[in-house]
Formats: sequence, C-alpha cells, structure tokens
Amino acid sequence: MTTDTSMPAGTPAGTPAGLTTDHSRASADGAHSHGLRPSTVPESSRAERRTSFDPADFPVPTGREEEWRFSPLDRLNPLFDATNEKLAAGGVLVTVVNPPEVTVEIVGREDRRLGTVGRPGDRTAATAWSSFAEATVVTVPPQAVASAATSIRIEGVTSDASAAHLLIHARELSEAVVVLDHVGAATLAETVEIRVEDGAHLTVVSIQDWDTGSVHASAHRTVVGRDATLKHVVVTLGGDVVRITPDAEFSGEGGNIESLGLYFADANQHQEHRLFIDHNVPQCRSRVTYKGALQGESARTVWVGDVLIQAHAEGTDTYELNRNLVLTDGARADSVPNLEIETGEIEGAGHASATGRFDDEQLFYLMARGIHEVDARRLVVRGFFAELVQQIGVPEVEERLLAGIERELETSMKLIEAAS
Amino acid sequence: MSTLEIRDLHVSVETKEGAKPILRGVDLTISAGQTHAIMGPNGSGKSTLAYSLAGHPKYQITGGTVLLDGEDVLAMTVDERARAGMFLAMQYPVEVPGVTVSNFLRTAKTALDGQAPALRHWVKDVKTAMEQLRMDPAFADRNVNEGFSGGEKKRHEILQMELLAPKIAILDETDSGLDVDALRIVSEGINRVRESGDVGVMLITHYTRILRYVQPDFVHVFVDGRIAEEGGPELAEQLEAEGYDRFLAKA
Repeated sequence: MTTDTSMPAGTPAGTPAGLTTDHSRASADGAHSHGLRPSTVPESSRAERRTSFDPADFPVPTGREEEWRFSPLDRLNPLFDATNEKLAAGGVLVTVVNPPEVTVEIVGREDRRLGTVGRPGDRTAATAWSSFAEATVVTVPPQAVASAATSIRIEGVTSDASAAHLLIHARELSEAVVVLDHVGAATLAETVEIRVEDGAHLTVVSIQDWDTGSVHASAHRTVVGRDATLKHVVVTLGGDVVRITPDAEFSGEGGNIESLGLYFADANQHQEHRLFIDHNVPQCRSRVTYKGALQGESARTVWVGDVLIQAHAEGTDTYELNRNLVLTDGARADSVPNLEIETGEIEGAGHASATGRFDDEQLFYLMARGIHEVDARRLVVRGFFAELVQQIGVPEVEERLLAGIERELETSMKLIEAAS
Repeated sequence: MSTLEIRDLHVSVETKEGAKPILRGVDLTISAGQTHAIMGPNGSGKSTLAYSLAGHPKYQITGGTVLLDGEDVLAMTVDERARAGMFLAMQYPVEVPGVTVSNFLRTAKTALDGQAPALRHWVKDVKTAMEQLRMDPAFADRNVNEGFSGGEKKRHEILQMELLAPKIAILDETDSGLDVDALRIVSEGINRVRESGDVGVMLITHYTRILRYVQPDFVHVFVDGRIAEEGGPELAEQLEAEGYDRFLAKA
C-alpha cells in the first residue's frame, strides 16, 4: 500500500493554516488492523505537545497517549521509573576513540552545556534526563576538520534500568563524523543532544545492535544552525525493544537536515522510530528517508514522521519517505507520516509511505534466470536498502551495515526453510 | 541437440470458485534449431503454457509430463529449470529496485555456469550484445526494469537470452506493444540466437506481424487450452487473412 502526498514548489499562498495529513493506514499484517485505540486523542498540532525536564509532568504511559499507542509498554516499563526513584547511572560502559582534532570530556550533570538542546518530549526522555550522573561531551572545535570518525562505543553491562547522556557539539564551520555504537545487554534510557553551530557539517550515526533482551529508549535532540548541515543516521538491528525519538529544530536560516534510517526487525523485536522536524526558521531544508525490513513472528516496526512547518518558516523545503519490506507472515509495520503546514510560502513539502510484502514475482523473475533462491532473496533485500546505504557516506558504517543485513538474511533463509 | 517434449499437459489456476483448468492436454515437441510459433486468441492459454514451463507457482500442474532431454522438468524448481537450459522472455518483466542490470546479468551467468564468467570476455560480450540491441551503455547501470519503457523491457529480455544462451527459449508475446523499429531490433536478436542452431524457440504471439521478421518452422494454433491445428509457415499466412474466427466457432 502506498500513500503519497506532496505540495510542490509554487503552492499558492493562502493554504489553510494547520493543514494536516495523517496516513496511519500503511500496515501490512494479515489482520490489517492499525492499532488505533478508540480512546486516543491526538493533539491538534504537534507544536502543542508537552515538553518538560521533569518526569512528573509526564504520567506513566497507559497506551492511550498518541506517542505511546504503538509501544509495548510492559517491556518498556522499567524505563518509566514509576516509583520516581530515578534510574541507575553507569549501566553502560562508554568508550570513545577520537581523532586529535576532536575533544572528549566526561562531565557532571551540573555542566551548563547540558540540557540546552530542545526539551524532553515524553516520559522516558524525562527520566533519562533526571537520572544520569555523568555525561559524555564530544566537541569539534571551530573550523576543525576531523581527520577520522569519532567512535563512541556504548556497551551495556547490566540489565538493570539505567540512564546515559551524551552531547555532541559541532562548533562553527567544523566538519566531523561521530558514530555511536550501542552493543551488549542493557535496559537504557538515553539522551543524545546534538548541537550543530553555524556553518558546521556534522554526521552522527547511531547504531543499535544490542543483545537479545535489551530495551532501549533514546531521545535525540538536535538543533541545526545557520547554513549548517546535519546528516543524522539511525541503524537499528539488535535488541528486544528499541524506541528512538529524534527531534530536530533550526536556529538559523539555510539549515539542512538529512535524516536516514535503516532497521531490520526479527521475531519478537519491536523497533520504533518517531521523528519530529520542526521547521521553526525560514529557508531550511529537511529530507527524511527511513527503510525497514521485517521477518518472523511478531516482528514489529513503527515509523512516525512528524514535520511541522511553522507560519513564519517561509521557503521551507521538506520531504519524508518511509518504506517497509515485510519478508514473512506474522510481521507488522506501521508507518505514519504527518505533515503540518502553517504557511503556503514554501519551496516544497511532501511525504510518501509504503509497506509491501516481499514480492514473489521478483523472486520468480530472478530464479527464472537460474539464480538460487537464497541469492535471489539477497539481491532483492540488498537492493531495497542499496540506495540508502550508499547515502550514508561513512565507509566503515556501510560495511558494518551490509554485514548486518547479511546476518539477518541468513536468519531469513532459516525461517523460510523451516516453513517449507 | 536438445529436445523439449510436452505430453498431455494439464494445468489449472486457483480461483475463488475453485481450481479452473486452463491447459487441457497440450502435446508439443521442440528441438534445437527449430522455431515454433504458438498463436491463438486472447485467453486461449498461451501465456499459461509459458509460465507453467518456467515453473511459476501460480499454476498447478494437474497432469502430463514435460521432459528436457529426458529430464523431468516439472520436478525441478524454477531456478533448476533455468540451469537445465530453459529460458522465458516475459511479457511483463518485473522491476527489481536497487539491483543493476550488470549485477543481475553477472549473477545469472554465474548461477548458470556454476562459476563467475571471466571478466574481460564477459564485459565485452555484454557490450557487444547491448550494441546489437541498440541499447545505451548507461543501461547497464540502471536498476532492473525500473523505469524502462515497454521497448526497453523487451530488449532487456532478449539481451538476457543472448547472453545466457539457453537450450530452449520461450518468448511470451515479446512483440506486443513494440513499434516497428523496436520489433525489428528485437527480431534481429532472436534471429542471432537461432543462427547458432543450438536453441529451440517457442515464439508465443497473438499477431502474425513478428513472423515476417522471425520465420517459424512450425505454427501451432492454440485454442481453449490445447493445440487446435498445426502446420508450416503457410498456416500463419492463413491466420493473417482469416483471423481466429474459424477456430473460435469450432471451440
């Protein structure tokens, strides 16, 4: 099923304020239900959603909230800190390998640079903020050009619920690549603050490749300065429940956000990516491309892409796309792009969402040329992700990803063999 | 010299009302070096025959045998049939996003030969075959069938046939939707493959137009799931003049 809405350049002025589209009809499970609970009452605008640093401002989710309606609350429960005792600190071991141009500090929570990018938007984001003891701060100094990627390994060492905080600060006119690699076993609420100052070019890659049993909720909060570019890449492969909420806003004209996501869910995994891009400044650009594959019983993915173009954000240019490839029965993908446009004076705004089953006709076509089934499937799934992987532009991440996809495909073939 | 023997083939498709028989006892023998035109009105089962021979899962074989040089084709998987030497040029080739034509061709050749082709020869072969089919070299870097025009899709099918060198080639309405120039280019490709004398061709078509460019040795008229009449090239001329009405009336 495909939905496609776009508002091309030259859309006449006078578009009604608050024009909203909601495509929550892109699931591809057998039963074809959409998880819409009747008592869900969404806000009339994403801008009205509550933000706060205090967990008390966010009641423990019941599942009726717009932002939690797709999530497995029982499994996320340890991160809600229902008893308000705060999560443990130090549940993960953070190891940073950085090139000489980039500085890395471990700072206490009183450091004034922390908590300056955006505000927590849900319960786990607030508990993450209230619970961490020390934060990792990565700074790319003004005009510095990093000679290599900065690698931040975040290794889970306990399954007790814990919190972590990172700040990545790209100063004016700097250029750098920062890769966060989440591995091991953890139950983690995390905040990643990303500040891209004027004219900087920053790439941040966050890989979630946790061990089985892990639960991870991560709030990425981003602000992009004047003429600055952020490439934000999310890769989710391992972990029982992974819920990433990247929020982004701009602090100067000419800002550019390229947001890429790749996920691959197996049996019983829940992978949720909820993006919010707030075009709060004129003349900024955003592109969102997320692609996911699903296989196995109860494999579940959720993608929600909220884009708000505020009334004064003239000249905005935005497009978001989500594609899901359902490889086996029993898996389910939800895809919900939301575009709110409060001004007609824009360059362009659009979104597309599609969720499809593995195409047996593609398989037949390839096999009819003598290609073995396993190779044919590999071609199709690799092909599905190919363009996205090429856009990442960080060779070591691309290799890692291709290897990850390869590993998933081996699982895929076992499932198919077991079924036949 | 290869031979494909189809004996009393019965095929059904699953519909809401239950299994619906499409092929009702097809007998046909195709040997290397021969070209058999299968002609018939829409809905007579021509494409069903093509896809059944290739092993498409939609079609249920309910009776009969198909042997390629004595080997049981119906017992083979789709890819095994191709590796045994069967090739189907499809009427509606599907898009495969993210897979380039060159990667696809090399993967198929590797699967058929059991080893990767020698790079230098292969690159030259592909280049030559594409030139002969008047295909732009940039075509090799495009994704399989993605955004191809109708004519490009058909040329791409013939390109595969030339490069993969099958024993038995089944061409399912390769001529449909082509303008005269494209039809001529595609026909030249089919004739190059025929010239080798090593391949048997089953040319499925609704129209006689392509037979002006690709001269068949035998013509079979397909009506209501079986062969109603057989003859030489003169039968095609007769059909050109009279149409299918005579057979439809009989059926």
